[in-house]
Amino acid sequence: MTTLEKVRQRAESDARTSGCFLNPDPLFLKDLLEGLKKNEDRYGYPSCPCRPATGKLELDKDILCPCWYRDPDVQEYSSCYCGLYVSKDMYEGKTKLQSIPERRPQEKQARALGVTREIPIPKPSAKAAPKTEGMKLWYCKQCGYVCYREEPPYICPICKAKKEMFSEIASG
Amino acid sequence: MKTTEIAPRTTKVLGKNKKHKVLIYALSTCVWCKRAKQLMNDNGIEYEYVDIDLCSPKEQEEIKNDIMKRGGSIGFPCIIIDDKTLITGFREDKIKEVLEL
Repeated sequence: MTTLEKVRQRAESDARTSGCFLNPDPLFLKDLLEGLKKNEDRYGYPSCPCRPATGKLELDKDILCPCWYRDPDVQEYSSCYCGLYVSKDMYEGKTKLQSIPERRPQEKQARALGVTREIPIPKPSAKAAPKTEGMKLWYCKQCGYVCYREEPPYICPICKAKKEMFSEIASG
Repeated sequence: MKTTEIAPRTTKVLGKNKKHKVLIYALSTCVWCKRAKQLMNDNGIEYEYVDIDLCSPKEQEEIKNDIMKRGGSIGFPCIIIDDKTLITGFREDKIKEVLEL
């Protein structure tokens, strides 16, 4: 069993390094952290409290908090799907928090419901190359921080420069 | 608030406002689902809910089919009003409009 405090510390630490902020509403935040704790206790990992999980890591890995959809959602809607991570504007109360559309593909959502042991879990093939499509190298023009992802971070985790300060490093 | 178990996983919450038939598919851990239930409670609306994360795989399959049959997408809360209007997500304005609040 994990503790609420551990879940909170992990979220705080992740917010610091990603340039996001935690939901400024203490009650809303507490409910979210409790949801994460419940999922960690029953599945063994903190899957998104607002999405159906299967308890099979292979099927749930995209919704492990922070989920794969957090950064684009914070960018587009100022908050992630469940509302745990928010943008600076929302943190400062300039933008109102509201329920946002689901970015997770519907087939993943549908696959998460009704999972029984008979359903084979797709295993990553040893031969298959890791996902590289759409992945790019980015560097921060202010401090030189380099990362490999589809989009540059919202804010540089090192020097806090804005997304616009990132440039792509041409591959090859 | 009075609640009555009417089916294995469906909980009925009694309320004074019975003008509409309301069913909520929810997740027990989801804060937006909690808000949807709270909106019903605050307005005295009678409703039923199912926390799908507490359901068996078979029950989840049935719920998934029900949502898809109604043309909805898989997202929670999924609020079905009068068997004809399906609202995905806690869209407060839309929910209030359909429930005439």
